[in-house]
Amino acid sequence: MKRNRITECNEWILERFPLAKLWNEHMTHYYAPKNFNFWYFFGSLALLVLVNQILTGIFLTMNYKPDAKLAFDSVEYIMRDVNWGWLIRYMHSTGSSAFFIVVYLHMFRGLLYGSFKHPRELVWIFGMLLFVALMAEAFMGYLLPWGQMSYWGAQVIISLFSAIPVIGDDLSLWLRGDYVVSDATLNRFFAFHVIAVPLALVMLVFLHIVALHEVGSNNPDGIEIKDRKDPWGHPVDGIPFHPYYTVKDLVGVGVFLLFFATVIFYMPEMGGYFLEHANFIPADPMKTPEHIAPVWYFTPFYAILRAIPDKFAGVIAMGGAIVVLFLLPWLDRSPVKSIRYRGGIYKKALCLFVISFLALGYLGTQPATPTATIFARIFTTIYFGFFLLMPIYTRWEKTKPVPTRLTKAHSLEEQLHTLEEQLPALIEEITELKPVATEIGHPAFKSSAYTRRPNPAGIMNVASRLARKVKGSLD
Amino acid sequence: MNYKGVDQSKRQFLTTALTVVGAVGTGYLAVPFLAQMQPSAKAMAAGAPVEVDLSKMEPGQLIRVAWRGKPVWILNRTPEVLATLPTLDNELRDPLSQESIQPESSKNPVRSIKPEIFVAVGLCTHLGCSPTYRPEIAPHDLGEKWKGGFFCPCHGSWFDLAGRVYRGVPAPTNLEVPPYRYITDTQLIIGEEEASA
Repeated sequence: MKRNRITECNEWILERFPLAKLWNEHMTHYYAPKNFNFWYFFGSLALLVLVNQILTGIFLTMNYKPDAKLAFDSVEYIMRDVNWGWLIRYMHSTGSSAFFIVVYLHMFRGLLYGSFKHPRELVWIFGMLLFVALMAEAFMGYLLPWGQMSYWGAQVIISLFSAIPVIGDDLSLWLRGDYVVSDATLNRFFAFHVIAVPLALVMLVFLHIVALHEVGSNNPDGIEIKDRKDPWGHPVDGIPFHPYYTVKDLVGVGVFLLFFATVIFYMPEMGGYFLEHANFIPADPMKTPEHIAPVWYFTPFYAILRAIPDKFAGVIAMGGAIVVLFLLPWLDRSPVKSIRYRGGIYKKALCLFVISFLALGYLGTQPATPTATIFARIFTTIYFGFFLLMPIYTRWEKTKPVPTRLTKAHSLEEQLHTLEEQLPALIEEITELKPVATEIGHPAFKSSAYTRRPNPAGIMNVASRLARKVKGSLD
Repeated sequence: MNYKGVDQSKRQFLTTALTVVGAVGTGYLAVPFLAQMQPSAKAMAAGAPVEVDLSKMEPGQLIRVAWRGKPVWILNRTPEVLATLPTLDNELRDPLSQESIQPESSKNPVRSIKPEIFVAVGLCTHLGCSPTYRPEIAPHDLGEKWKGGFFCPCHGSWFDLAGRVYRGVPAPTNLEVPPYRYITDTQLIIGEEEASA
C-alpha cells in the first residue's frame, strides 16, 4: 500500500516535470571519457566552493553592516561575538582563495589537454566569463571588511578605469558614486557582491555545463569519444557520469576538504596571503600603507600592470592579459588537442608560461624595486609571447599520431607495486653506510655503530636521471 | 508552419518596428538606474572648503588635512629644497606643469602661491594611492638619484617636492594642486580659488 503511494506520487511529478529526463540526460546517460585523471577533479570542486561561498555568504550578511562607519567593526563583531562567526567568516575568506586555486588548476587542465579547442570553444568562452565574474566578485568582496588594503585596493582598481581616454574620469566617478572611495562605494559593492555577481555566476555555471554536455567532455588523450560508438549508441570509451564520476569526484571532495579544513583551522590568514595583515587596520583615506599588494590571486595581473611605465598602456596590458585568454581557441592552430601528442615546442612554451605566471604572481606581492620591475617586464613578455606567438609555433610543431581509442593509464596500484620494487634500490643508491662517530658511551662500541648517511654522488645520479626523464617526456 | 497567404514583408516590418520601439523604451528605462549610481546630491554638496592654520608649522614639516574626503598636503619647504627644485627639470616629465592640474595662481616653477608653502592633493595621478613623504636625500631603498620628494609605494612613481613627476614612472602627470587662497599670512583656505586680480 505504502509503496503504491510513493509510486503514485512519483508518477504525479513525472507527468508534470521532466525530472527523470533531466537526471538521465545529465547524469546516468551522460557519457564521459573513462580516462579522467587528477586534473579532472577541479571542475566539480569549483562547484563545491561556489556553494560554500554562497552558503557562508548568506550567513555573513546576517551580521555584516555595509556602512563605512560600521563595516570594520561589524566584521570584528562577527569574528569575536557572533556564535561560530569566526568559522563562517574563515570558511568564506579561505573559500575565495580556494576558488582561485581550483579555477587556475581547472584552466591549466584546459591548456594541458586542449579542452578549449574545437568543438569546445563556447565552453571555454563561458568559462572565461566565469573567471572574469569571479574576479569582479572577489574584488568587490575584498572592499567589504573596510580595512586599509580593502580601501586602497579598491581605490587603485577603480582608478584603472580613469586611464581610459575621454570617458575615463566620469566612468570612475560613476563607479565610485563619490569623488573618493567612500560609503557610497562600499554600499554598492555590497549590493553587487551579494546579489548581482553571484546571480551572474550561477547563470554562467549553468551555461558552461549546458555547453559542455552538448559537446561532451574532452579527456587527457584529446580524442572525441563520440566518434566510436557501440551498437547501443554509447561511446565505447565512455562511462556514465553517474555513478562512476560522481563517486570519483566524492573522493576528490574528501581530499579537498582535508586541505580546506586544515587551512581554516590552523592557518586561516595563510601568513598574510589569504587575509593581508594591513587589512586588520581600519580604512584610512589619508594614508596609504607602506606596501600595498592585492590578494595573491590578482598578483600576476598586478605585476603586469606595474611592469609598464605608462598609465594607459599598463591598464591595456593588464586587460589584454585576460582578453588574450578568450582568444585561445583561435590562437592555437595545432591539429592535436592533448599535450600527450603535441610536439616539444608547445610543451616547452607551456612550461615557460607556467613559470612566468608564477613568477609574476610572486613579483606582484613584492615592492616595485628597479630589479623586480625588469624581471616583471621579462616575464610579461613571455606571458604575451606564449599567446601571441601561438599561431606560429603550433602550426609548425611536429605532432605525434593520435590513437583512435583512449590509452590505458597505469593504475595507482600498479604504480605502487613498481615503486615498492624500486624503492630499496633507490635507498641503496642515495645513501651509504658510514660508521657513526659517537661521543656517547665507551670507545669500544664506536667501531660497531654504522648508520645510513646521504650519499651525494648517488643523489646526483638520481637527480640527473630524473631531469633527463622530465626532458624526455617533454619532447 | 504554413506561410501561405502571409504577408512576409509586413510581418518583418512589424517585428522590426516592435524591436526598435522596445529597445528605445528599455534604453530610457535604463537611465534612472544608471544615473542613480552617480554621486548623490549629498556627496556633491560635501565639498566644503577647509581652513588650515600654518602658524605652528616648522620648516620641512608636512601636515595632512581632509578635503572632499581626499588627503591634502601642506608642506613647509626649506630654502635648500627650493634651491634643488630647478636642478631637477631635466629628469621630469612635465617640469613646467603644462599638462597638469593646478589653479592659475600656482602655475609657476615651484607650483605654489608662496614658494615655501606647497599645497597638493596627496593622491598619485597614476592610480590614486597616497604617496609617502620622503624628504631625505639618497636613502638606502630609493637609491642615489633620490633628491627628496614623494614616493608612491603602490607602483613606484616618483615626484619631487613640488609634486612634479619624474620620467620613466607610471604616473602620467604632476600631483594635482587644489584651489586655495590665503586669508591671513598664516591661514589658508582649501577649496576656494584666489580672486583673480
